[in-house]
Amino acid sequence: MDLKELYRDVILDHNRHPRNFGRLEGANTCAEGNNPLCGDRLILAVRLDGERIEDIRFEGRGCAISTASASLMTEAVKGKDRAGARQLFDKVHALLTQPDGAPDASLGKLAALSGVREFPARVKCASLCWHTLKAALASETAATVSTE
Amino acid sequence: MVANLSLDKAPPPLDVEAVRRDFPIFATQVHGHPLVYLDSAASSQRVLPVLRAVEQYETHSHANVHRGVHALSQAATAAFEGARERVRRFINAASVKEIIFVRGTTEAINLVAQSYARPRFKAGDEILITALEHHANIVPWQMVCEQTGASLRVAPINRRGEVPFDEFLSRLGPRTRLVALAHVSNALGTVLPVKRMVEAAHAHGAVVLIDGAQAVPHSRVDVRALGADFYAFSGHKMYAPTGIGVLYGREELLAAMPPWQGGGDMILTVSFEKTTYNELPAKFEAGTPNISAAAMDYLEGLGIDAVAAHEQQLLELATAELARLPDIELIGTAAHKAAVLSFTMKGVHAHDLGTILDAEGVAVRTGHHCAMPVMTFFGVPATARASFGCYNTEEDVRRLVSALRRAREVFA
Repeated sequence: MDLKELYRDVILDHNRHPRNFGRLEGANTCAEGNNPLCGDRLILAVRLDGERIEDIRFEGRGCAISTASASLMTEAVKGKDRAGARQLFDKVHALLTQPDGAPDASLGKLAALSGVREFPARVKCASLCWHTLKAALASETAATVSTE
Repeated sequence: MVANLSLDKAPPPLDVEAVRRDFPIFATQVHGHPLVYLDSAASSQRVLPVLRAVEQYETHSHANVHRGVHALSQAATAAFEGARERVRRFINAASVKEIIFVRGTTEAINLVAQSYARPRFKAGDEILITALEHHANIVPWQMVCEQTGASLRVAPINRRGEVPFDEFLSRLGPRTRLVALAHVSNALGTVLPVKRMVEAAHAHGAVVLIDGAQAVPHSRVDVRALGADFYAFSGHKMYAPTGIGVLYGREELLAAMPPWQGGGDMILTVSFEKTTYNELPAKFEAGTPNISAAAMDYLEGLGIDAVAAHEQQLLELATAELARLPDIELIGTAAHKAAVLSFTMKGVHAHDLGTILDAEGVAVRTGHHCAMPVMTFFGVPATARASFGCYNTEEDVRRLVSALRRAREVFA
């Protein structure tokens, strides 16, 4: 059990300095994610220009894995269209849940999340923001998801 | 574990190495380290005499209780009723009719909520709890309030995690019908002065339920000395199996309550026109129960005062050691505490702490501990919690401290 696999430098950096953190002005869709067992809570706000994610920010409190995952996700999906964001969701989902195999090269920095799969209890921490994004993109109004 | 012990003389010290040999789990390695188990407040480990009693029963003498005239059923019934008498002595109840076997503390509280409170309470009545209750001692009362129109009042806690007595008193009044209190807080370790609180509640004519899940395994509990009307606790937090717990209730209260769950064993006669109910305690025991008493024998064999003194020493040591770590904040610093330490590390979420400690073989609970209002009060989403039992050692405290230093390195 190698903690360095889980807490890679990229993860620690995005936890300490989360990108796209805070309130988003002019958001036109948002969703809330809760992990009631942990007490983690995430609010994701998205400004869509047609199909394109023009801007995205998150607020809330969570562990290093959930904070870093949300931070990395916002960087990765900004500028993508809805379909592209959903494709990325599927790739990250596979990365977190499939037992092995090299990360998809197109994941870039998100590949740092691959250490999480050695820690099954923490997969839900990494996936909370992604489920929340899916909910936000699926509805034009506020949605709430839970990973428990 | 409970601080306000009044002992005539100090109990003989606990031989903790001998105790550990009675718990087979300590042969287990976790991630290559000997196990340090600091999660007894969630569920304690199982002691050999309990494991042997369960195996003996399941292998050689299992049958349904109160059902047959054959030898096995008679033996099972005798063991079951013997366990009831064992519980009666353990908590000093007046009669075995006052000992109701349930699945656990949660079911015991729900039984009182649905069978005592729901038929009696109405709009204008009040149920008083404290701000440090476990969800199991909040939600059943909220359900009764929705069902009856009664209202829920909450005695607040202070920054140390204590319930100031005057704040409690000021919320008691002629409308207070029932007071539900934790004996020991699971999230913070605070020991409530339940005897004084019971006296004050009785002075207003309220009945009192005490959630004793965190007290019974760690201190001597005498339900009559406390004046409790109802007292609930669980087997799996006192070295016994899951799925068995006890509701103590004063006989006159239980006798006047309707059955809660219907089924076998709780009836005298059944026809499609009318069913008559069995006497206490069977009236509240529908279905086939779980059976075991060895844990109480074991605890009394160790000497519950010796266990309490041992755990109190570990609490003092762990409190002092955590205070020396710069980034640790202890949540819950009541004057009277059980051996439970809830804490946060600056800049490190409780879950990350839990994972890093686990990698070092140290098992703690992380999260809100089924006490979200407590977390909200202290402004934290979650804490890490180390809780001690009779088998923990000073070495366990040192391993906890060194694992916390490791966490600090990872999140440097």
